[in-house]
Amino acid sequence: MKKFTSEKIPRKKLLSMHIDVEAFMPATNEQKEQQVHMLPSTTFFKDGIRKLFKKPLAIFAIVVLVSMILTIIIAPMVVPYGYSEIIKVDGKRDRGMKNLAPFQYSKMEMEAMERGVEIFPHIFGTDELGRDYFIRVVYGTRVSLMVGFFASLIVLVIGLLYGSVAGYFGGTVDLVMMRIVDIIYSLPDTLMVILLSVVLDEIIGDSLAGTAFASLGTNMISLFVVFALLYWVSMARLVRGQILSIKNNEFVLAAQAMGASSWRIIRKHILPNCMSVIFISTALQIPSAIFTESFLSFIGLGVQAPMPSLGSLANFARGGMQSYPYKLLIPALAICLIVLSFNLLGDGLRDAFDPKLRR
Amino acid sequence: MLKYSIKRILLAIVSIFIIMAIAFFSMNAIPGGPFAKEKAPEPAVKAVLEKRFNLDKPVAEQFMLYVGNIFRGDFGISLKNGREISTTIFESFAISARLGGSSIILALVFGLLLGSIAALTRNKWPDQVIVFFTTLSVGMPSFVLGTLLLLVFSLTLKWVPAWSVNSQNYVLPIIALSLYPTAHITRLTKSSLLDVLGQDYIRTARAKGVSKKIVIIKHALRNALIPVVTYIGPLTAYSLTGSMVIETIFTIGGLGTKFVTGITNQDYPMIMGTTIFLAILMVIMTLISDLLYRAIDPRINFD
Repeated sequence: MKKFTSEKIPRKKLLSMHIDVEAFMPATNEQKEQQVHMLPSTTFFKDGIRKLFKKPLAIFAIVVLVSMILTIIIAPMVVPYGYSEIIKVDGKRDRGMKNLAPFQYSKMEMEAMERGVEIFPHIFGTDELGRDYFIRVVYGTRVSLMVGFFASLIVLVIGLLYGSVAGYFGGTVDLVMMRIVDIIYSLPDTLMVILLSVVLDEIIGDSLAGTAFASLGTNMISLFVVFALLYWVSMARLVRGQILSIKNNEFVLAAQAMGASSWRIIRKHILPNCMSVIFISTALQIPSAIFTESFLSFIGLGVQAPMPSLGSLANFARGGMQSYPYKLLIPALAICLIVLSFNLLGDGLRDAFDPKLRR
Repeated sequence: MLKYSIKRILLAIVSIFIIMAIAFFSMNAIPGGPFAKEKAPEPAVKAVLEKRFNLDKPVAEQFMLYVGNIFRGDFGISLKNGREISTTIFESFAISARLGGSSIILALVFGLLLGSIAALTRNKWPDQVIVFFTTLSVGMPSFVLGTLLLLVFSLTLKWVPAWSVNSQNYVLPIIALSLYPTAHITRLTKSSLLDVLGQDYIRTARAKGVSKKIVIIKHALRNALIPVVTYIGPLTAYSLTGSMVIETIFTIGGLGTKFVTGITNQDYPMIMGTTIFLAILMVIMTLISDLLYRAIDPRINFD
C-alpha cells in the first residue's frame, strides 16, 4: 500500500470543500502510543481516596486525627501514672504535688531525684488533687473519641436498618415508620438528652453495679441509650431518601426478575450505592456527639467523676481559670482540634466521594 | 397549603403531648417519692399528704391532672424552695429571652451579611477569611468560647465588667451565644446564594440588561433567604439550650441557670416544668418557621 507523506499530499485550502486528506493518514507509532490510556483502571473507592489526598485540609485533618489516636494509645504505656492516681513520692503522700505547672517538680520529688530516683516529668503539670494532668487529658481524649465513635456507630446501625426497611418496602410500612420518625424528629433533642440522662442515671444506676458497664459510669451508658433512642432519625431519613432514589433503577428490577430476595437486594445492590453519602454523614455525626458529651459534662451529666472527658476537664478547669488558664486551654484546644478535624475530613470525604458532586 | 398547615399543627400538638408524657413518666419512674425521706412521716400523715397532692390516684390520672394544670399555667412547686415553678419560669425567662433574642438577631444580621459577602467574592480574600473564621467557630464548644471571653475581656483586660444584677452587661454573653449560629447562617447563606446565582433566571435578568446590583438584591438575595428561614426553628432551640451554658458561665440568673441548678439539686418538678416549657417554645418556633417557609416559597408542592 502506497504511503502518503505530508509533503506529497495536497494541502487543504481554507474554506474549500476539499476533504482534508491529512485527517485520514495512518497514525504513526508515536501517535498510537498516545492513544494508550496512561491511567490504570480505577475503582470508585480508589478514585475517591486519590481525590481525598489531593486536598491539603483533608490531609491535615487525617494527620491530626492519626497522631491523636497514636498518642492516646501509646501515652498510657509510656507515662507511669494512672488517670485517677494521686501521685506519691516513695509511697508517701506529697502535699506539694497539687497544681504544679508543666514540667515542674514538687519539693519531695526534687529530693527524691537527688537521691537518684527516676521521676517521669509532669508534661502538663498536675491538677488540684495531685494527679498527672497529661494522662488525664489523654484519657479524656480517649473517652471523648470513644463516645463520638460509638454514638455514631449506634446511630448508623439503627438508622441504616430502619431507613432501608422503610425505603425499600414503601407503601403503608413506609408511611407508618416515617410518621414515627417525624414525631421523634420534632422533639427537641438536647432537652430530651438532658431529661433522659437525669432519669436513666437514677434508674439504671443500681442495676449496673458489679457489671462490666459499671466502670463506664451510668452517665455514659445513658448517653449511648439516648443517642440510640433519638439521634438515629435523621440518619433513617437520609437512608430512606437514598434508597427511594436508587430503588427504581433497572438493575434492581433485574435482580428482582432473577428472584433475589429483598434482603439480598438491599444488601448487595442498594446499600453499596448509597454508602458514600451515609459514611460522610456518619463522619459528621462524630463531632456532634463529642459536642453533646461535652455539653452534658458541663451541666454535670457527663462521665462519672474519676474518669475524665475533655468536656469535664474543661469544666473543672473553669474554677481556677485565672490562676491556671492552660488547664482550660489544653482540653479546649483538644476538643476544637478533634471537632475541626472531623468536620474537615467530612467535607473532604463529601467532595471526594459524593456522586452528586462528581464532574 | 391548608392541608399541610393542619397536618403540621397536628404533628406539633402530638409532639408537645409526647414531650409531656416522656417528662412525666420518666420522672415517675425514678425510685422514691417526695415523702420518702429519712425522716418518714407517719402513715396517716403520709396518706393525707398523698391525697392532697393527688399521689393516691392511678398514674394515668395523675398525668391527665398534670397536663391539665400545665394548660392552666401551673407547673407545680419546686422541691427545693417550695416556690411556684411557673413564677420562677416566667420571671427568669424574661432575662433569657432578652439574651437569646438579641443573639438571634445578631446572628441573623451578621450571618446574612457575611454569607452574602462570601458568596459574592467567591475564592477571593474576603471569602477565604470568612470561611476560615466560620470553620473555626463551628469547632468551638460554646462553654469554651464563653469562658475564654470572660477570662480575656472581663478578668484580664477589664474592658467589660462581669455580669451582675446591678450592672447588666449583655455584650459578652450575646457574642458567646451568637458566634456558632452566625457561622452556621453564614455557611447557609453562602451556599444558597451561590446556588441561586447559578440559576437560569439570574442569567435571563442579566441578559435583559438589569444591573448587577438589582439582580443581586431583587432576584438572588430574596430567593437565597428562603433556606435561612428554615433555620429559625433550630436556631431558637440552639439559643435556648446554649443559654443554659452561657448563663451559667456568666452567672446570669436566667431560665438556663435555673434549669442547670435544678439538675444539680435533683429538683424533679423544676426539671420537668422547665423542659416542657422550653420544648413547647421550640416546637412552636419550628412550626412557625416551617409554615413560613412553605408560605414564602411558591415552588414547593404540598404533598
